[in-house]
Amino acid sequence: MSSAQSAPKAEANVADTAAHADAEEAIRVIDLHKSFGNLKVLKGVSLTAARGDVVAIIGGSGSGKSTMLRCINFLETPTSGRIIVGGEEVAMKPDGSPAKPRQIERIRTRLAMVFQSFNLWTHRTLLENVIEVPIHVLKIPKREATARAMELLERVGLAEKHASYPAFLSGGQQQRAAIARALAVDPSVMLFDEPTSALDPELVGEVLTVIRDLAAEGRTMILVTHEMKFAREVASHVIYLSEGRIEEEGPPEEVFGNPKSERLQQFLRTVA
Amino acid sequence: MEQTLELLSLSPPGWGANLLRGLAASIQIALGAFGFGLIIGFFGAMGKLYGSPWVRDLLEVYTTVVRAVPELVLILILYYVGTDILNNIAGAMGRGPVEINGIAAGIWVLGIVQGAYSTEILRGAIRAIPPGQTEAARAYGMPRALMARRVTIPAMTAFAIPGLANLWLIATKDTALLAVVGFSELTLETRQAAQTTRAYFTFFLAAGFLYLMVTLFSGVIFARIEKWARRGQPSHRGG
Repeated sequence: MSSAQSAPKAEANVADTAAHADAEEAIRVIDLHKSFGNLKVLKGVSLTAARGDVVAIIGGSGSGKSTMLRCINFLETPTSGRIIVGGEEVAMKPDGSPAKPRQIERIRTRLAMVFQSFNLWTHRTLLENVIEVPIHVLKIPKREATARAMELLERVGLAEKHASYPAFLSGGQQQRAAIARALAVDPSVMLFDEPTSALDPELVGEVLTVIRDLAAEGRTMILVTHEMKFAREVASHVIYLSEGRIEEEGPPEEVFGNPKSERLQQFLRTVA
Repeated sequence: MEQTLELLSLSPPGWGANLLRGLAASIQIALGAFGFGLIIGFFGAMGKLYGSPWVRDLLEVYTTVVRAVPELVLILILYYVGTDILNNIAGAMGRGPVEINGIAAGIWVLGIVQGAYSTEILRGAIRAIPPGQTEAARAYGMPRALMARRVTIPAMTAFAIPGLANLWLIATKDTALLAVVGFSELTLETRQAAQTTRAYFTFFLAAGFLYLMVTLFSGVIFARIEKWARRGQPSHRGG
C-alpha cells in the first residue's frame, strides 16, 4: 500500500496512490456516530474491508451492530462519520443524510443487502424478485437478466421454485432467494444483516452453506451475525461491538481463541 | 304486464332507451370521478405521509371539510362555484357565458368528493405495507418514482381494494345527486319518464334494477382485481 517507490512527480504519485487504493479497498467506514434522539447507539466505529475480505461484526443485542451495517448503505442516517465505497466517498449533509440522491442510489446498487427478515417483494415471484433490480435499476435487457437470474436461482437450489411467490416458501428458501437477488446486481460488497436470525434452527444450515460458498469464491462481505462458529470459520476479520464501540477486533483466531477484553470473554462464554 | 313492457321498450313510445342513456351517462361520470378521485387520492396520500407540515395541514383541511359536509351540499357548492369561476374568467376575457359540459362538470364535482375518501384509503393502504418492502427497494438503489411504481403501488393495492370497491359503489350512486343540478343521468331520466307517464312504480323499480346490476357486475370485477392484487399472499379460509 505504501507509495515508497519514487515517482517522477509528486502529483503522479498521489494519483497513483489513490488508484491503488481504489483497486484494493472495497469499503471504508471512518469514525461513525449514530444517535437516536438522546440515545447514542454508535460512538465512533471504523472499519476497512479490502476486496475479498469477510468482516464479521459480532456483539450482544443492542450493541449497535445492525445499526452500523445499515449506516453503510444509509438505510439509517449516520449522525457523523465518513463512508467510502470503492474509493468514492458518500457526500453527506451536515445532518448526515446523503447530499446527492443520485450518488447514494448508484452506490447502493454496488452494495447488496441481505436482510434478517428477507424482505423479498411479496407481490413478485422469485424470478421476478431476482430480475427486478437488474432490469429496472441497472437497465440490463430482460432476456439477459432472466438467464442470469435462473443461473443464480439454480445455484441456490431454487430453480424449480422460480415461479413461486415468497410467502409460499420456507424461511430458508426465502433467504436463499434473497441472496440470489443480491448476487444479481453483481455487488462489490454484500451486506448481511443477521441473515439466519429469523430462521428455524433446522433451516440455518442451508443458508450458511450458501454464504460459505460465497466467501470461498472471494466475495467481499460484511456480516452481522449471531453464529459464532460460522463467523470464526468464514471471517477474515472479526469486530466485537459493545455499547456502540469496538471493544476488540482482529483475525478470528485471535478474537475467538484469545480474547483480551473481559467483556468479550464474558460475551463468548454466554453465547458458546 | 304488457303495458309495463311497452313503457320500458327501447323504441318510442317506450322510455327504455332514455333510461339506458341515463345509465351510460351515470357510468361515464362514475368512472371519470373515480379515476380523478384516485389521482387526487394518490398525491393526497403521498402528501399526507411525506409532505411538509404545510402540505399536510392543507390536505387535512381538504379531507376533513369534504367528509364533513353532506355530499348534496358539496355538489351544489362545487357546481355553482365552478360555473361561476368559469363564467367570470370567460367574462374577463371578453366572452359570453360558457356552456358547461355536463359530464365534465359531473366528473369534476364528484371527483373532488371522491378524492378526499381516496386520500384516506390510500394513505391507510400505504401505511399497511410492511416496511421491509420499501426498505429493500431503497437498499437496492431504486429512485423514488421507480419505487412508487414498482413497489409501493403494487404492494398497497391489495390493502386498498376493499375500500376502493366501496368507494366505486358510492361513486355510481352519487351520480344520482347530480339530478339536482339538472344533469340527465339515470335518476333524472327516470323521473322524467315517470312524471310523463305517471308510471312511477315501474320506472323507479327499473332504475333500481339497473343500479343493482351495476353493483353486482362491479362486485365480480373487484373480486378479480383483488384476487390478482393478493396473488403473492397465501389465501385465508374461503378466500
